Amino acid sequence: MSSAHMTMTLDPASAAAARTKAVRSWRWSRALLGLMLPVALALLWEFAVRAGFSNGRLVPPPSVIWNTLVELARSGELWVHVRATVARVAAGFALGVVAGTLFGAISGYSVLSRRLLDPTLQALRAIPSIAWVPLFILWFGIFEQSKITLIAVGVFFPVYLGVMGAIMSVDRKIVEVGRVFRLSGPALVRRILLPAVLPAYIVSLRSGLGLGWMFVVAAELLGASEGLGFLLIDGQQLGKPAQIVAAIVTFAVIGKTTDWIIAAASAPFLRWEDRFSARSEGA
Amino acid sequence: MLTLEHVGKTYPNNVRALENVSLSVMPGEILVIVGGSGCGKSTLLRAVSGLDNPSQGRVQLDGVTITAPHEKIGIVFQEPRLLPWLTVADNVGFGLHHLSASERRQRVAHALERVGLSDKAKVWPRELSGGQAQRVAIARALVPNPEVLLLDEPFSALDAFTRADLQDHLLSLWADLKPTPTLVVVTHDVDEAAVLADRIVVMRPHPGRIYEEIAADLPRPRDRQSAAFDFVKRRVLAALDRSLDRNVSVDDRDTKAETGAAMWW
Ligand SMILES: Nc1ncnc2c1ncn2[C@@H]1O[C@H](COP(=O)(O)OP(=O)(O)OP(=O)(O)O)[C@@H](O)[C@H]1O
Ligand SMILES: [Mg+2]
Repeated sequence: MSSAHMTMTLDPASAAAARTKAVRSWRWSRALLGLMLPVALALLWEFAVRAGFSNGRLVPPPSVIWNTLVELARSGELWVHVRATVARVAAGFALGVVAGTLFGAISGYSVLSRRLLDPTLQALRAIPSIAWVPLFILWFGIFEQSKITLIAVGVFFPVYLGVMGAIMSVDRKIVEVGRVFRLSGPALVRRILLPAVLPAYIVSLRSGLGLGWMFVVAAELLGASEGLGFLLIDGQQLGKPAQIVAAIVTFAVIGKTTDWIIAAASAPFLRWEDRFSARSEGA
Repeated sequence: MLTLEHVGKTYPNNVRALENVSLSVMPGEILVIVGGSGCGKSTLLRAVSGLDNPSQGRVQLDGVTITAPHEKIGIVFQEPRLLPWLTVADNVGFGLHHLSASERRQRVAHALERVGLSDKAKVWPRELSGGQAQRVAIARALVPNPEVLLLDEPFSALDAFTRADLQDHLLSLWADLKPTPTLVVVTHDVDEAAVLADRIVVMRPHPGRIYEEIAADLPRPRDRQSAAFDFVKRRVLAALDRSLDRNVSVDDRDTKAETGAAMWW
């Protein structure tokens, strides 16, 4: 810090470089700080099991979980399950996003449609989605369709609410700018409404995706022959806690990665945002 | 020529915001509208801009009745209303989408140069000061070369120094443009009225209507310290006081001028 301070007085370019460096190392140290607790607990547990304080059968130590993961990956089993789960989430997410965006846009844009649609959708939203499962199984069978439908329902509501709310809260003053320049309806949507709702839309996609991952577990726990949820059930029935934790870890990694993909893909379009956190990241 | 014929506006809540307003504004003239709060100034400007329609009468530009926003009429609001997702340059070029990219770039660069913000072209609106943002808004409204530019309290959110700067700046833009655009400016600031106006219209409320017209045909550039300038200001203040039924005689204005400026709106 003190060296950065000294260069700052000498030459603005190197001072800026020093500052970016400082920001970057601060970010790293923040990440490390966040990792400290889980890593410490894991190490402690590993040590406890190795030292014989516990046999680690119900709560396997990190090394055993890691070995299980490696074994599942090497046998190819892991990829089969990952592929099945990701395919379900992708299909359900796509369906839910398309439907949620469509209905959200209609309800947000037209007061009449909102009065017509919103009460029904809100009532449906109040039903815990898992309650649909028996009905979905009767309707769509026990295979992919019912699972994908359940995921799509989970994704639908946050996207629907996000899009509707975002459109309704677009600033009338900004819309007037479009009117002053005589934009046609489609141009108004493309040049004013879409960019204005984009930040809220990305947020709703991310919360929709989070629910999608939640619901895929529910769907797979209720009966599947492959998928990470199946790994969980299988681990329970065969008494293999390491397999359960390995599946959980895989869920966490893939869930976080897909969320990160949405965030990273949208970031270039949201650089204009005047957010508190955008400032503190020193863009 | 911009003309208003018996323009009236009643809002759905039955507020009579305007009644029987008739006005003609010559090409290249600067008309300033002053009046107490709620006397219909913004309503009038919105009717001229075509964003809202009058309930009675009509607004015409060169014989064409205005019922919707018109390419020859630009407007600057009290807030800059820049689109936060566009850079400054793209904001200025927002109304030029019918032009080719190269022509647009050229006009935008020229407009930014005129408002002295060439170095901000690539910047996001959030990185501008209030005065800079308002200059960008003025550039955006002027770049399609409107015949009429409407400004609704354009500088009221700025500090006194920036405000005086931007008034001079607006005047030099206005003088440089060919053909000279008509300006209709709403303000709460008597100084601003006296600096900008060829003619000042004082309005009164309930219902909103024209109370008095004051000629302000001082030579330009105007000296804000001169006696003639002061005289225009005092006439405006006196008319404002009378429009709000405050009985202050013009003679003792010397001492009351400052209190009046603070009180009438
Ligand atoms: N959208 C609206 N709906 C109903 N009434 C309105 C609306 N806009 C303005 N009014 C009313 O019309 C009258 C004139 O309003 P307007 O905004 O034109 O006043 P103004 O002269 O611009 O005031 P200010 O100097 O405070 O900006 C006010 O009484 C106001 O309450
Ligand atoms: Mg107003």
